[in-house]
Amino acid sequence: MSLSTIRVFDASAPWRVSPQVSLRDESFGALAYNHDNRRLVFLKSAQLVALIRQLDGYESVNDALDALIPTGQRERYVKALASLVTSEILCGR
Amino acid sequence: MGADTSLRNRFERGLAAPICLTWELTYACNLACTHCLSSSGRRDPNELTTAQAKALIDEIAAMQIFYVNIGGGEPMMRRDFFELVEHAVAQHVGVKFSTNGTRIDAAAAQRLAGIDYLDIQVSIDGADAETSDRIRGVGSYKAARRAMDHLADARFGPFKISVVMTRDNIAQLDAFERLAAHYGAQLRLTRLRPSGRGVDVWESLRPTSAQNRELYHWLLERPHVLTGDSFFHLSALGDPLDGLNLCGAGRVVCLIDPVGEVYACPFVIHDEFRAGNVRDQGFGAVWRESELFKSLREPGSAGACSSCGSYDACRGGCMAAKFFTGLELTDPDPECVFGHGETALAKKRVVLRRVPSPDHSRRVAVAISSR
Ligand code: SF4
Ligand code: SF4
Repeated sequence: MSLSTIRVFDASAPWRVSPQVSLRDESFGALAYNHDNRRLVFLKSAQLVALIRQLDGYESVNDALDALIPTGQRERYVKALASLVTSEILCGR
Repeated sequence: MGADTSLRNRFERGLAAPICLTWELTYACNLACTHCLSSSGRRDPNELTTAQAKALIDEIAAMQIFYVNIGGGEPMMRRDFFELVEHAVAQHVGVKFSTNGTRIDAAAAQRLAGIDYLDIQVSIDGADAETSDRIRGVGSYKAARRAMDHLADARFGPFKISVVMTRDNIAQLDAFERLAAHYGAQLRLTRLRPSGRGVDVWESLRPTSAQNRELYHWLLERPHVLTGDSFFHLSALGDPLDGLNLCGAGRVVCLIDPVGEVYACPFVIHDEFRAGNVRDQGFGAVWRESELFKSLREPGSAGACSSCGSYDACRGGCMAAKFFTGLELTDPDPECVFGHGETALAKKRVVLRRVPSPDHSRRVAVAISSR
């Protein structure tokens, strides 16, 4: 784990799926595998998978949430994204 | 990863591709361990060719199987071993490979250390030569230690030391931990199952119930010790051990043997659990469409375990352990921590299922070459 990849999640910044990560669709969502640290993470919602796949196209996570996620569910997604930063599935860009 | 019920239920219905795919590269082996799960020894003349093996790797990569566990036999007995490993890694398929260590000399260790996405497990079955060699053959412990020394000298990084737990080595748990620490290695402990030649030694080598309890508590205190989810039948003793705690056969786990046969798991190399051959259909079609795998993904009945308060933790245990000891798949695990397996075994007066379909055991013992 290199220090530069550990960053605190900030929803006003732009994020993306790390280039070290492969996503494999599954009926429950997807498997995310980080080839660098060899960690396997289970993404348990198809909406979450769709969201992270599209992060790249938005200036910030907040913009992506505005466009893609109903307001009432926002907090849940921010939490999920923050945990994906901790497990190095997402990285800053 | 703690036990997550919703995820586990999904897993029981099967995934788009396996997570834990084992590929036994060859049945050839220069050792003759008494508990060999694949009854290895002689090379099968029908082994996948280099071209077929590479095509299989390409399909594994296309299915997004992120890593493959390579075993045998002794995988390094294949002349194209490095070619295949390097091909896999080049397609971003990580390799975890299991070896008896006899072929890891200084040069091989250097080459292995240069490959990214490669994990190595060196097998021993005792913390000293006497205990280990009783199972793996005279000279095998020394050869494995020599391999570990070479890997350390080549700065391979943290390799794994893999041990099958037996009646004779559970008392050595702390010694294994010290050995791993000595090399900066990770310790990996797995369950002795009555698979392959294991059926012949299972009765005499399997841990006693007191030893299994000791092992359970030892593991609970050491979540960093790897187990490949081997001991989930012991989770019925209390807090669940780390892992998914389910039998993944045909759902998340799968085996491809050296001739391309696909089995539900590495521990069930037997006609009953053969799903197809990669040469006929390709691996993906077998995984997705075989009738056997579809039936394994149906919600199972808890059978004789349905009234057990610990069913959620143990799920009735290991299918392979039941099958090869002659139990029904709806029976309790033969090593059920509440003794229900013993009762089932006694009631059946079973014949062990002794004929693991392809048996590649060598008929005469050979000496280990020293290199
Ligand atoms: S009765 Fe079945 S579910 Fe309960 S502990 Fe024994 S094997 Fe596991
Ligand atoms: S049959 Fe046994 S070894 Fe194979 S996946 Fe199931 S529990 Fe694991």
